[in-house]
Amino acid sequence: MEKELKVAALRNGTVIDHIPADKLYKVVYILHLDVCEHQITIGNNLESAKVGKKGIIKISDRAFAEDETNKIALIAPNAKINIIRDFQVVEKRPLTLPDEIKEIVQCANPVCITNNQPVSTRFHVLNLDDEVILKCHYCEREVKRDNVKIK
Amino acid sequence: MSNNSLVSISDYSKEEILAILDSAAEFEANPNRKTLDGNVIATLFFEPSTRTRLSFETAVIRLGGSIIGFSDAATSSSSKGETLNDTIHMVSCYADAIVMRHPLEGAARYASEVSPVPIINAGDGANQHPSQTLLDLYSILKTQKTLENLNICLVGDLKYGRTVHSLIMAMSHFNPTFKFIAPDELKMPDEYKVFCRKNNILYTESCELHDNFNDADIFYMTRVQKERFQDLMEYERVKNVYTLKNEMLVNSKPNLKILHPLPRVNEIDPDVDSNEKAYYFQQAQNGLYVRQAIVSKVLAPKLTNGTEEKS
Repeated sequence: MEKELKVAALRNGTVIDHIPADKLYKVVYILHLDVCEHQITIGNNLESAKVGKKGIIKISDRAFAEDETNKIALIAPNAKINIIRDFQVVEKRPLTLPDEIKEIVQCANPVCITNNQPVSTRFHVLNLDDEVILKCHYCEREVKRDNVKIK
Repeated sequence: MSNNSLVSISDYSKEEILAILDSAAEFEANPNRKTLDGNVIATLFFEPSTRTRLSFETAVIRLGGSIIGFSDAATSSSSKGETLNDTIHMVSCYADAIVMRHPLEGAARYASEVSPVPIINAGDGANQHPSQTLLDLYSILKTQKTLENLNICLVGDLKYGRTVHSLIMAMSHFNPTFKFIAPDELKMPDEYKVFCRKNNILYTESCELHDNFNDADIFYMTRVQKERFQDLMEYERVKNVYTLKNEMLVNSKPNLKILHPLPRVNEIDPDVDSNEKAYYFQQAQNGLYVRQAIVSKVLAPKLTNGTEEKS
């Protein structure tokens, strides 16, 4: 049986695949795709053997810097990023959480210096009992990955 | 950036902690020296803390140093909207080291990153207060003659009380056994219990206080602080739950000492004060010697260079 393409193929650009369906719009938000002027195709609640229901985003003629894709690793660690040129996948970029995350996460502590003065946020990424925890470099408050607030 | 700052007790290794305690013992034997002669220390108290400020300022004056600073943010430029970054840069033009207390958590760590002179954290919100922890350790060492293998009972507000959290971190080098006694609303947060388990530190928990600490070497009482509560109803409900009375001490160990970071409100009955096991006022005095040791340590590289230049 011929495989049916639910989302149109991309000539050049970036495909973000295997996003859990409930995280799709968060990825849209943290990559600022709501104000991106390139052609974008978004599919959600597509059937996936791996994650049940998945989302996919295809952005034409656009590449992303690594600190941008790092943001995705925080909320959708198993998403796949493919760079497409001339309908071919030329790069599969692995998503890896860095040891330290700067600026993109907001500290959950309302009396942290970073929430009250012009100080960039900085978090240490810790693996405790198979759970990813972000610890604020300044106020030392710890937050679980699921509760991370993206700026 | 100066890397000789003291922001958190975890900045110091076991060896550095023990060296501070040795140094504090020397200052106790001979507190008046002129080792800081010609040095200016700034005490920047963005929120008032008379006890801590007077202790640091006395430590500096007894070492022959001079003090500049402010004791309340209302009288400083931060009330005009100056950022901490700018205040630190301005003050570091005048001072050789900065002792600071700030209501925002992480303020001291940030200051240590932008300051060209060493920062000593005298409390950043509910986060860290390392000189308190070091004076607690000094008091424990002085009264028990060792820090190793002690039974330590932590009582009161174990949820918001930063002194008990820092004490757990610092004592983890010395194989302690803890007993946490707190009302349910104020019990020890999970992250510190996880820390204990990971470091093979035994602990038990209880939500009642009577005479259930007869195997303790140290009884560390903390105040239920009104300013840490968002819900004042909850504060009123728990503030009088725990009061230590003299009669609870009848069967305690002879070497037991009662510590309290002070100020005390009503969690230790005044009838305990005359008991020889009460140690909280001497504990406060120990703070002077420990702060002399801390100021001397953070300024040590500068003082050493100064001596070389003269010779």
